[in-house]
Amino acid sequence: MSSYTAHFKVWRGDADGGGLADYQVEVNDGEVVLDIIHRLQATQAADLAVRWNCKAGKCGSCSAEVNGRPRLMCMTRMSVFSREETVTVTPMRTFPVIRDLVTDVSFNYTKAREVPAFVPPQGVAAGEYRMAQQDVERSQEFRKCIECFLCQNTCHVVRDHDENKPAFSGPRFLMRVAELDMHPLDAAAEAGLDRAASAQDEHGLGYCNITKCCTEVCPEGIHITDNALIPLKERAVDRKYDPLVWLGSKIRRRGQ
Amino acid sequence: MPPLVTAVGLALFVTYATWRAFANSHYYAAPYVSPFYSPCLASNCQDMKGGADWPLFGSWWGLSPALLVLVFPLGFRLTCYYYRKAYYRGIWSSPPACAVAEPHAKYTGETRFPLILQNSHRYFFYLALVVAGILTYDAVLGFRDEHGNWGHMGLGTLVLLANIALIWAYTVSCHSCRHVIGGKLRHFSRHPVRYRLWGWVGTLTARHMLLAWSSLISVGVADFYVYLVSSGAFDDPRFF
Repeated sequence: MSSYTAHFKVWRGDADGGGLADYQVEVNDGEVVLDIIHRLQATQAADLAVRWNCKAGKCGSCSAEVNGRPRLMCMTRMSVFSREETVTVTPMRTFPVIRDLVTDVSFNYTKAREVPAFVPPQGVAAGEYRMAQQDVERSQEFRKCIECFLCQNTCHVVRDHDENKPAFSGPRFLMRVAELDMHPLDAAAEAGLDRAASAQDEHGLGYCNITKCCTEVCPEGIHITDNALIPLKERAVDRKYDPLVWLGSKIRRRGQ
Repeated sequence: MPPLVTAVGLALFVTYATWRAFANSHYYAAPYVSPFYSPCLASNCQDMKGGADWPLFGSWWGLSPALLVLVFPLGFRLTCYYYRKAYYRGIWSSPPACAVAEPHAKYTGETRFPLILQNSHRYFFYLALVVAGILTYDAVLGFRDEHGNWGHMGLGTLVLLANIALIWAYTVSCHSCRHVIGGKLRHFSRHPVRYRLWGWVGTLTARHMLLAWSSLISVGVADFYVYLVSSGAFDDPRFF
């Protein structure tokens, strides 16, 4: 097993400000960035704040920006950097810093609450739901989300424009709207809720200019843009901009 | 694809297409017609034996007839989900790259005029189907010789066939097509044929960027080939 000393720059500070601090730290074969942050805590910076939990890419806690790229620290191998390369670790830029690498992600919890929950179908009791696999597999892809909020952090709509935060839910929660709208048993429409139209009217789908950064940073490999955001845009077009679909739905409704 | 490469690639094509669209010459060399000039909707077109020569606009149109047609594929590509990503990133820097700060003070995305018109993509998709159908007809006419007799094949026939194959692949891989084919359904299990088609289209959609560039290049190459043959700079090699 070989080891070397790496040059790390880690953002230290709090809501009042801060800056990059330099560290020389030991790196061993097979380690990930989070291991090095933990070594810093153990040896040089006992008060370094970092949020982490599973160290297996499944809890979504250790999101940060490593050399400017939004990534999970536990899934970023040190072997992707050369030994001479300085590794810079900063907190997610879109959310307010609490301390060091820990940010306040409550924006996401607010947006999560704004998405109306699954509406159970009438006359089918819980436990009696029966769905064909091909009907649920689209929604299942979105259920892989670990809520690391890297997509929310990378999306330039809120990353570069704080003023858009009230109007835009971000890719993670637009994907949640898509998941429910594609759910074979969701009875939102019967309850008077048009999820596709509300995606545009209430969750800011129109702000998305489908530049696919959310997809690029997703550690779960979810095709957020192709499978959730674009289909949701097309569904919104059905409701709002396609007179043929609108006319067809009116005629069908009259016939019911 | 790096933003600079995207921007340069698009700029090259736009420059070439603008020159050829306004040129109004060397777009027909029997039996080949340039994809930029088909269908011909004005009466100032060259006679294209049996080709898509339908002077719906009559004789008052004095500019290049290509301008009447190119608006459809242009609109289709301009509102395409892939090209939107490409030019928002490569030209408008919104954003220049992921997690790279964009230079604009304000951002409203596709919520307002004019970008809200991007929602018209599906209409351009419907029109693109018609244009692809006509270009297929042109490619089939490539199996006739310059006198209109069937049983001919030249290098130009192959060029037009390759072009139309890529144009169909690009058109069918469109996200609006995927939605119309089956994406809008809630219960795939009740529509097995549409579900299967949706799966196939999805496979192509995953390669939409590749097909967008391939078909953009092929349409330019097909036009340039017809230009070379029509202007006499190159003799079309005949296979039979």
